[in-house]
Amino acid sequence: MYGKGLRSLSIATVAAMALALALVFFYAPLEAEEGFLQKIFYIHVPLAIVALCGFVIGGLLAIQHLRTRDPKWDFRSYVAIHMSLIFALGALITGSIWARGSWGHWWVWSEPTLVSFLIVFLLYATYQPLRFSIEDPERQSRYASVFAITAGAFVPLNFIAVRLSSAYLHPRVLGSASNLPGPMRLTFLVSLGAISLLFVTLCKYELAAKHTRAQVRALRRRLAGEGVELPRRGRSAAPSATTIAAGRSGA
Amino acid sequence: MSARVGVSATVGLRRTVAALLRKELLVELRTLQSVPGMSLFAVTTFVVFHFALNRNTVDGDLAAGILWVTLLFAAVLGVNRVFVADAEQGGFDGFLLAPVDRSAMLIAKVLTLLAYLVVLELVAVPAFALLLLGASLGPGLAELIATLALGDVGIAVIGTLVGALAVHTSARDLFGPLLALPLLVPIVIGGSRASSPLLSVTHSAGAQGRWLLTLGLYDLVFGLIAFALFDFLLED
Amino acid sequence: MRAPLLGELPALPLHEAGKYVAGAYIVVFVLVLIYVAIMALRLSRIERDLGELLELSARAPEHQTSGDEDLSARESTLAYPIEGHT
Repeated sequence: MYGKGLRSLSIATVAAMALALALVFFYAPLEAEEGFLQKIFYIHVPLAIVALCGFVIGGLLAIQHLRTRDPKWDFRSYVAIHMSLIFALGALITGSIWARGSWGHWWVWSEPTLVSFLIVFLLYATYQPLRFSIEDPERQSRYASVFAITAGAFVPLNFIAVRLSSAYLHPRVLGSASNLPGPMRLTFLVSLGAISLLFVTLCKYELAAKHTRAQVRALRRRLAGEGVELPRRGRSAAPSATTIAAGRSGA
Repeated sequence: MSARVGVSATVGLRRTVAALLRKELLVELRTLQSVPGMSLFAVTTFVVFHFALNRNTVDGDLAAGILWVTLLFAAVLGVNRVFVADAEQGGFDGFLLAPVDRSAMLIAKVLTLLAYLVVLELVAVPAFALLLLGASLGPGLAELIATLALGDVGIAVIGTLVGALAVHTSARDLFGPLLALPLLVPIVIGGSRASSPLLSVTHSAGAQGRWLLTLGLYDLVFGLIAFALFDFLLED
Repeated sequence: MRAPLLGELPALPLHEAGKYVAGAYIVVFVLVLIYVAIMALRLSRIERDLGELLELSARAPEHQTSGDEDLSARESTLAYPIEGHT
């Protein structure tokens, strides 16, 4: 169900990324002030944008979950947030490398985007621990959705707040995506598209893998129901068959 | 899953909130488990700051920062306790059975936290002025109170939401602060930026309107979000 | 067009800047590869699980209990996919 179309998506992603890299290194002109270092812009900013959108999308999917109570929305919300966290980590690391190259420090407080990112990252880093510390699966998904919506609303507010706090002290250091000359804008858009495709592909990949694992577990439970002897599995945070049955019967 | 009680509650919202608020404040008055601890924590923290910074007085940005950080951490102590009694002693179940609008619990808890924060500040701000503040509070006092009030509303709203989220986890003392602190960063930004000119020796400028506006908007947005989402946390 | 910070950001010489740029792109590449590796591990685990289940279902006596229908109807659909890392 989730694996359908994954192959064409991956091929599209590979093509887009190859095109983006080619454009970045062979087509986009060298920037006047920052020189070659500015090329990091084409990977750092798309990662950041996609991660942020992913967090907000995670919140939107969580709204769907609370409205319909269909677990598949919670499932998708979880994967979107999880993937965005990884992309956010990538954005933080590349941003830090860029700061090191530009300023000589591995971290600068004067770049509001990076700072907002750190705060958002710290918030979403609690998502998984929060989930897995709530035993009851129905409550876990419900609380996770509330968190995802709150945090998703927080993302834009946080950006505005941090931008306000530093705007009149330090002008933007690492550049903005507006006012780009033609070739740079094209390169940026292609990179953005490639990273977005990468995000979607990896999410689909993750969804398919988790779904498969859930189906294997269901199969295992069904066989257990048939009286088949099953070896003890290792440590798992997955809810047992009894809790699922209990949760379901209350629906 | 229990169904939501809709708008047609049989007991009015205001009466329910009043009743809940009375209960919360009575319990706190009798057990004194939150506010004295929070206040003592704040004062002790000021002492710690004196030693950590090796300074006798602070003013301006530094003063604003110390004040807000201390208030924040003291508030987080209160947040951890907001729902603990309900979770442990079945207060949720009793409330869910009553024919009342569930938002009443949110409003009552927010008002309770707000009350705690006000009492906390009545102790902490004079202590701060006494122990650490180089400047005098006088000229900027009214604006400082306004800033603190706006900040308190935000802390109360987010604290209630986070408290409800954290209470059912297995490590609630940990998740309260972990969830609350990032969400409270904009309040710290707005609060400390607004307070900084009020706490400087040279009272050059008043609190900038934009920070108070930021605080107010943030409070409003999260108030609405908490109002919309709280019911989902209460379900059985 | 750009914020007037030209004096504070002299362009790094190519060999120096090149290291940072390469570092940034390599980090992203490595992150994706780590992800692929984790997924590969999970896939091999699923493969092993399925193999075991297949083996066991082939060996088990072919009896259909009536209670089983109820359980499978509810749980053969996606029961609860969010679980810890095993």
